[in-house]
Formats: sequence, C-alpha cells, structure tokens
Amino acid sequence: MGERDAVTTRGGAAPTGGAYTSPASSFGSPGPSGLAARGEGGANLADILERVLDKGVVIAGDIRINLLDIELLTIKLRLIVASVDKAKEMGIDWWEHDPSLSSRARTEVTGGGSEENPA
Amino acid sequence: MTEGLRYAYAVVRDTGAPEAGPDALAALEGVPGVAGEPVRAVRHLGLAVLAGDVPTEDFDEGPLRERLEDMAWLEKVARAHQRVVDTAGADSCVIPVRLATVCRGEEGLRRMLADGRERFASALDRLEGRVEWGVKVYAAPPPPEEPPAGQPPAGGRGAPTALSGRDYLRRRKAQRQAAERRWGQTEEGARLVHDTLTGLAERHRLHPPQDPKLSGESDRNVLNAAYLVRREDSAGFAERVGRLAERATGLRVELTGPWAPYSFTADDDGAGSAGADG
Repeated sequence: MGERDAVTTRGGAAPTGGAYTSPASSFGSPGPSGLAARGEGGANLADILERVLDKGVVIAGDIRINLLDIELLTIKLRLIVASVDKAKEMGIDWWEHDPSLSSRARTEVTGGGSEENPA
Repeated sequence: MTEGLRYAYAVVRDTGAPEAGPDALAALEGVPGVAGEPVRAVRHLGLAVLAGDVPTEDFDEGPLRERLEDMAWLEKVARAHQRVVDTAGADSCVIPVRLATVCRGEEGLRRMLADGRERFASALDRLEGRVEWGVKVYAAPPPPEEPPAGQPPAGGRGAPTALSGRDYLRRRKAQRQAAERRWGQTEEGARLVHDTLTGLAERHRLHPPQDPKLSGESDRNVLNAAYLVRREDSAGFAERVGRLAERATGLRVELTGPWAPYSFTADDDGAGSAGADG
C-alpha cells in the first residue's frame, strides 16, 4: 500500500490494507485518473451508517429498541441531503424508479417533509 | 455476569472446531467492540454469534435510545461495529446484524440464533464466498466560470451590478442550459457505470444518494450502489471500475470495499425480488 490506492480504504478496519486482504493491492491497475482515492482511515461515515444502521439482519434482541426510532434518526440524517433535493430539482431522480430500491428508501428520498419528525 | 447485556455483531457458521471457535473469531484478536470489550463467539445450533459484553448504562433500553440520537456516540459505535464485522468477514462469510442488537446474557444470544436460525442459515448459503463492493458516482464540479470583463470578481454575488436585466436573464439562461447538459451527461454516465457493473455482479442494490454532511463530499452523488461479487472476481470487478472511471468524463467514480455483504442480507433484496436467487 505504498502509493495511493485506487480503492477507498475503509477506515476503521486494519491500519493498513483494510480489513480484507485488500484486492486493491493485488489488482495492480495503476490508480486511474478518474477513480477517486480516499486517504487512509478516511472511511466515509455515510458509507458506514448506510450499512450498519440501515442494512444487516434485523432481528429482535432482548433490548427492545423501537426500530422506528432508529429509522427516524436515519431519516433525519437523510433529510438534510442537499444533493437529493438539488438533483430532483434538475429532474435527476432515476434511482427512485429502480425496483431494487426498497419502498422505505424511496420514502426517504422523496419524503422531504418533516411530518415524520416527532420532535 | 452471564446475565449482563450482550451486543451482537454478526452471525457466522459454527465451524465446529471444539476449542478454536469459528474462523471469523481468530481475526478479532485485538479488535475491540463497541464498548471496548473483547468480542467472543457464542455457539448454538450450528451457528455462532459474535458478541461482546456491554454496560447497561449505555446499552439498556432507555439509555440506548437516547444515545442513538447522539451523533458522536452513534459514530463511535457505528465505526466499532463495522470494524468488528468487516475484520471478522475478511476471510470468511459473516452475516452482519443491524447495529444496536442487544440481548440479555448468552441465553439471550442463543435465543436470537434460534429465532433467526432459518434466515441466518439461508443467508450464509447465499452469501458464502461473496463480498460487497460499493460504487459511488459523483458529478464533477463544473469548471469555474470566468467573470466577464469589467465585472467585480465573485463575492459580490447578488449585489447590484452594471449588468442590464436582459443580459442578466440571458446569462442565467445560458448557465441553466449548460447545467442541464452536464446533468444529462452525468445521468447517462452513471447509468453506463451501473449497467456495466450490474452485468458483472451477482446482485446489486441501489442506495439513495448520500448526504454531503456525512460523506464530506461536496460533489453531487448521482449513483450510490452496492454490488455482490464473488471473492475471486473481486480483482476483476475493481479493475473494471477503474476502467469505467477512466472513460467517464465529468464524473468521479469511487470504489469502496470489500465489505461484508451488509446490503444483501435480506432474501428479497437485490436485482428485483423475482430474480433474488439468480
């Protein structure tokens, strides 16, 4: 990992090389100009939250956290998504029509209102 | 002690070695959990859950709910959770459990494994040998506009200038049209990236574009997708992303991964629910 990897290093994982035996170092393509590189340890919090908070198996533990609370939190996080609003202004919303987007995700994208916000 | 709270990270197959525990656990030495605790494996019914002891003052129901609304705490926990899951998943298949899944004692963890037994087993079958790659496409920022001669440089935006109303409107219109052209190219470029990668992946999932405040990215996120790829195809996939990135003008492509298969744990996810097993 001497030079900048073409692949984003996920922060948090191992200090070097990522959590996995990084294919980044083995695929050997010289960092192509258009491919964004991210510095060591610069894992994007949005990437992480999107996965650990929104994805993964949802199974009831003994601590009954109202999942709605967590979802509200993510919705709140997403409500400040300027990029979505801007993109929609420009008519760029094709991700909303992809069938693989869950209905909840779709609601988050389109539901720009604050009515779900309890506070 | 056995009745304390246990925080669950991921479920793995119990490889059955009587002492060593699941392979995934070996990687976790020196990788602390969300409360700085060591992560252990609790086995049941051919499965094992990776979990750690966490304090009630943070993780019991009331405090946990409050804590989750605290962005700094959430970030710390989210990063630790992800580190455990992805380190464990480096060489073996792990099924990530959603953040903040907390049980009472080992008994609670075993109950959770029993309740989710079929889902976990089928997810392990589906996801064995696969990893998730994240690909985001950003619209590169437009080139800075040259201020017309005689105009004060930017900063006096909105301030009255010598520009006539008609010139102003004309200029605004040209700017808008240029922006629309750029958007058209951006959308096409993002589609090309997505279509190409979908062809290389077993499954895919589109996430909504990211919040710039969380991602720290000022460029507009126009594609945010996850692709499920066989481990052995990872290098080829990453290489292909690199080539797409070279060709895409006006776009910036970012590849992250490999991740544990977070985005593909549910059976009905992926490339249309009908083709879920494709």
